[in-house]
Amino acid sequence: MKNYIIKRLLFIIPMLVGISCILFVVMHLAPGDPTSMRYGLNPEVSESARANFNRMYDLDKPIPVQYWRWIKRFFTMDFGKSMIDDRPVIEKIMTRLPATILLQAVSLLVVFCIAIPIGVISAVKRNSLFDRVMTIVVFIGYAAPAFWLALVLIFLFGFKMQLFPVSGMTPWYTAYLDEGAKIKDLLWHLVLPVTVTAIGSLASLSRYSRSSMIEVMGENYVLTARAKGLPEKRVILNHVLRNALLPIVTVLGLTLPVLISGSFILETIFAWPGMGRLGYEAIMNYDYPVVMGVGVIATVLTLLGIFLSDITYALVDPRIRFNK
Amino acid sequence: MVKTKKNIYRSKRSLLFIKAVIFFLLAPSFLGFSLTNSSPRDAYVAAGIGDARILIPFLADDASSSSICKLVYNGLTKVDKDLNIVGDLAERWDVAEEGRLITFYLQKDVKWHDGTPFTSGDVKFTFETILDPRSGCPYISNYADIEEIILVDEFTIRFRYSKPYTPALLKFGMGIIPEHLFRDRDIRTSSFARAPIGTGSYKFVRWESGQYIILEANLDYFEHAPGIKRYVYRVIPDQAVEFLELVSGGIDSMSLTPYQFRYRSETHDFTSRLEKYSYLAHSYTYIGYNLKDPMFSDGRVRRALSYAVDKKEIIDAVLLGLGESCTGPFLRGTPNYNESAAAYDHNPAKAAKLLKQAGWVDVDGDGILEKDGVEFRFTVATNQGNQVREDIATIIQSQWAKLGVKVDISVVAWSAFLDQFIDKKKFQAVILGWNIPIDPDSYSVWHSESMEKGGLNFISYSDHKVDVLIEQGRREFDPSKRSEIYRTIHKQIAKDAPYTFLFFSYATPAVNKRFKGIKTAPAGIAYNFIDWYVPEDEVKYQF
Repeated sequence: MKNYIIKRLLFIIPMLVGISCILFVVMHLAPGDPTSMRYGLNPEVSESARANFNRMYDLDKPIPVQYWRWIKRFFTMDFGKSMIDDRPVIEKIMTRLPATILLQAVSLLVVFCIAIPIGVISAVKRNSLFDRVMTIVVFIGYAAPAFWLALVLIFLFGFKMQLFPVSGMTPWYTAYLDEGAKIKDLLWHLVLPVTVTAIGSLASLSRYSRSSMIEVMGENYVLTARAKGLPEKRVILNHVLRNALLPIVTVLGLTLPVLISGSFILETIFAWPGMGRLGYEAIMNYDYPVVMGVGVIATVLTLLGIFLSDITYALVDPRIRFNK
Repeated sequence: MVKTKKNIYRSKRSLLFIKAVIFFLLAPSFLGFSLTNSSPRDAYVAAGIGDARILIPFLADDASSSSICKLVYNGLTKVDKDLNIVGDLAERWDVAEEGRLITFYLQKDVKWHDGTPFTSGDVKFTFETILDPRSGCPYISNYADIEEIILVDEFTIRFRYSKPYTPALLKFGMGIIPEHLFRDRDIRTSSFARAPIGTGSYKFVRWESGQYIILEANLDYFEHAPGIKRYVYRVIPDQAVEFLELVSGGIDSMSLTPYQFRYRSETHDFTSRLEKYSYLAHSYTYIGYNLKDPMFSDGRVRRALSYAVDKKEIIDAVLLGLGESCTGPFLRGTPNYNESAAAYDHNPAKAAKLLKQAGWVDVDGDGILEKDGVEFRFTVATNQGNQVREDIATIIQSQWAKLGVKVDISVVAWSAFLDQFIDKKKFQAVILGWNIPIDPDSYSVWHSESMEKGGLNFISYSDHKVDVLIEQGRREFDPSKRSEIYRTIHKQIAKDAPYTFLFFSYATPAVNKRFKGIKTAPAGIAYNFIDWYVPEDEVKYQF
């Protein structure tokens, strides 16, 4: 088990280098550059000032040299400085990461708590009205573009009914409130973004748990459990659900990258001060160091997510744990 | 009986109360602003799509950072509501040696927000820092002609220029930073770049990255304390969401799009809370022709194309009428703008005649003009993401088609647009806009030397007379003589028609109705922000 974990962790490194290389190349393939993005057609900024800007951020060097410098710094955990405000990239990301993790963790929890019961009930009452309605509902949620859904919910619940705040995470006036009120306000602001994030991920998890349940229900040990006269409730909860949950743990790990990529757009719409929005703004401004930093952190989070789900899988499934 | 007595007593008392209220309402107008502003109250919540970047005035090159810097810092000069240059930290100044020596006499009782007195040393330090290439100030070339900075005494400072440079007076509006906090520190990474200490009307309080910035009224501000207690800047990246925040009260102002201004602002929610303002924005939109392209080298052709454009149709369609037609590169309503310059009012007959004179005739009868066997067909390029410009392209395509001119439209992402078309001068015609700087100096756009790399004369306009006038304009310190120069430049450029000048659009902000004292002027509405106030009974944020 220990070896397995170390092996898996070491595997992340070449993966990161490869992904960072691709990211770097793709980023520079996009036409345009940070200097013209920022100072293009600005009569106040002279050619020499632009050249100075290029020099300050190594933009006058060939791309392989720029990448080499970046990767060298990367191994000392230095992501460089943002071209926008000269703050260290890692500092910028770390101030934004908690907001993203909060949103994603709550969303994941909500998805888990809703999708699995839906899947279980749908499997137990296969082809019932509930099953059919839920199938349609979760697929509509999956098919609806998240940005559109976000705007619709903001318009209905934030603007028309004024039930929830329109946007933001911790509004400015909370700086003048006590801690309790701050937390209440934060939860209030979480409702809409979590709802939109969760709706998009309900489909896969609920369908997976449904099919997984159905598969397990056909197993012989379930038949045995029923034959020995166990109440149906215990058959489902103790025997079927436990075994059916195993593959779902993997799916949960794979949901993470989807959530992170979704956060780029959703955080922008909800004015959520997270890492996704930081990445989105960095891309729009050609802020190369921040794009690279966000890319790497997102990759690490994704790989860690997959890694954790593998480990959990091993922990809950003795067959994998003891299979050396 | 008792009841009636009580009522009379009550009504008498309430009458007194009303009198008192009326007195206090009227009093401010007798006593000036001092009374209304004696206790700043409420908060003004502004919003923008991007977070501020760096709160150092000469490094701030985005709208959000600049708007915060303007409240926290002061320059030596500023512009008043009519765009005249007036003193800010400088009480007055004089210009000697034909413009090569400018002496500023500074305000004496100004203090930095940390209590340290402001002196001429801060001014010297600021401009020395700007001129140090390591600071990376993008506007460094605006100050490149400063030869020597001389400290005369604590409150007098001289700038010696290598050659006269009239726009300098306006460039001295750049915010002054405190020497005692920045000396021997890296400006760009100093903590004061994100928690500034200035001399301005508002003090910095808090910056929550990606969310908001809070400023608080500076009660010791040297003009007078502002009327509004807090200024809050909120980041709302999505403009549809920003509008919902505005109408539901989460923010107090935003600039509306023409569509929002015309069609989304009639609801009760909107009209009961918000007031709309409109004034000429400091920018214009134009069609620029590449004068190196043989198709456009003939002035008659460019004039014909200008005559064929119906500016009113364009303004009505793309701006929903929220703009004014434009004939030259200066701001309408200022003395630099020449109302008698050629306007090219819509005249298809004249356009057709001019093209015929230039030799463009439809020989083969296919509806497209030809000359020497070449069809009159060219590409109009503009940048992606600007719906107004894309719509203009479609409209002029049909307007010119009536003349027998075939136009193809190319819409390209901004940076690629600059890279492929503008920098390489590989374009035929472009639809773009310029901001109109308050100083009319037109060197970087209209002087023939600006055709070189780095200049913005990418259409390659070259007119000796205009070159000479531009150089004169940079030396002339007499305002009326200087305006005359720019009026002549305007007339000449309009005659040559290297651009088809289209329109000035209106700035169309909406502001919550509880804010009083807002008066639109050529400078916009923000110029007298410290005089805005909220009446006691309308205060929203009590804390």
